[in-house]
Amino acid sequence: MGYFLDLFLSGLTRGSIYALIALGYTMVYGIIQLINFAHGEIYMIGAFTALIVAGVLTIYGWNQMAIIFIASIVALLYSMGYGYTIEKIAYKPLRHAPRLSALISAIGMSLFLQNYVLLAQTSDFMLFPSLIPDFKFLTSFSHIARPSEFVIIISTAIVMVLLTFFIKFTKTGKAMRATAQDRQMAMLVGIDVNRVISITFIIGSATAALGGVLIASHIGQINFYMGFIAGIKAFVAAVLGGIGSMPGAVLGSLVLGWTESFFTGYVSSDYEDVFAFIFLVLILIFRPSGILGRSDTQKV
Amino acid sequence: MLRLRNIDAFYGKIQALHDVSMDVEHGEIITLIGANGAGKTTTLMCICGIVPPQSGEIYFMEKSIRNMNPHEIVSLGICQVPEGRRIFPFLTVTENLDMGAFLRSDTAEIKKDMDYIYSLFPILAERRHQSGGTLSGGEQQMLAISRAIMSRPRMLLMDEPSLGLAPLFVKQIFHIIRQINEENQTPIFLVEQNANMALKVAHRGYVMENGRIRLADTAANLLENEEIKKAYLGL
Repeated sequence: MGYFLDLFLSGLTRGSIYALIALGYTMVYGIIQLINFAHGEIYMIGAFTALIVAGVLTIYGWNQMAIIFIASIVALLYSMGYGYTIEKIAYKPLRHAPRLSALISAIGMSLFLQNYVLLAQTSDFMLFPSLIPDFKFLTSFSHIARPSEFVIIISTAIVMVLLTFFIKFTKTGKAMRATAQDRQMAMLVGIDVNRVISITFIIGSATAALGGVLIASHIGQINFYMGFIAGIKAFVAAVLGGIGSMPGAVLGSLVLGWTESFFTGYVSSDYEDVFAFIFLVLILIFRPSGILGRSDTQKV
Repeated sequence: MLRLRNIDAFYGKIQALHDVSMDVEHGEIITLIGANGAGKTTTLMCICGIVPPQSGEIYFMEKSIRNMNPHEIVSLGICQVPEGRRIFPFLTVTENLDMGAFLRSDTAEIKKDMDYIYSLFPILAERRHQSGGTLSGGEQQMLAISRAIMSRPRMLLMDEPSLGLAPLFVKQIFHIIRQINEENQTPIFLVEQNANMALKVAHRGYVMENGRIRLADTAANLLENEEIKKAYLGL
């Protein structure tokens, strides 16, 4: 039972990180029907930014709480800037081009950012300080999971609640939903669609960067390539849940996290990714629109 | 109030509008009739900035709106009820109405307008928490018009409001159109295939063929015009 719980929680932790990234994929897809392949890179850039800020602040002898707080905030803001800029230079000019053009632009952006970080930083793994403090109130649960796992799960839950509230009840949130459902009609009621698209990229980038900072702090090392695999996995999770659906992205992420965790725990850790993708194939065979996805006939 | 001057518009390489000039004055209902593909919807989309015209000018209240973004044009008070109703299918009825009032921030007045609409269309009040996509065609048309009213438009553009509706609903829709016009003197630009109904409710009419304005006259004269009778009224 203890082993099961271990696997359950580590799956939940993984799933949480996937969810933070998958939200960005699914929101952007919902609004402009684009798979933003550069999204994983935002997650990576978030981690690198936090590393640099944390390094500098450590030199100046700041205390740990201040460091994690400031490093996370800076990483989030910096990544939001990246998300905003990527959309403006790589996707907006292609808004009326065939969809494939924007997709290729996204892949190009992804490669560009990876190589930029590779050149600006290093190709080696870099140690990441465990920024998340060992909170006293969590150490009593340390036989179940590490405090950083709890922090990841709880932060993700808070982000989900805030985001749900934002999308459901605020004016901007409603405008985002309206734009996703019928972009031209959204323009006709006076919604500045370009602004909505920018906001979507900014929010998605922020949650991805948060995921990057959290996972880096949990695992303790980062490199320029980390966004690629995580990004693909989160994309899988988003498709699994039904791309375009936000609850679907979260659910798909958790399902993927648990699948990976239980398979590696009970079967073999060598085939972790294989299981994940077999699972994806099976879901897509039996439910092509994903777990919570709407089929196209319903959408129109 | 609204003036179109020598508009040319293209979809890709295909020219959809040729030298279109029209006027809509304060307080009047004008109708634009014509066959499928004549360019009626394109004309509306040009006014709203969705399909920017290649050449020509569009003035609203003496101000050129030709190079404005759609949301800026809406903020001047031009509101369109597009063809096919275009209800946001997964927003509730109330949220759809909220979207109509997107550019307004006078919360109390918005609330008042919403209550007014719910008293006008009790069926919408009954379904206020239902998502828009689950309404019937007629209910969706009511919602589409209501959403437009929520913006307190200075001018209303309507594209085929009677399309696909049962005859009883069609009558009701035209009644509402007249009512909106009479109550606030809101000018209405009505695009219709149902030329008979449209000419009966409108003050003036334009006839469009292949992207060109063929005829412009008072609605009464157009109803009597032999050519129009044959081509559009089926008499």
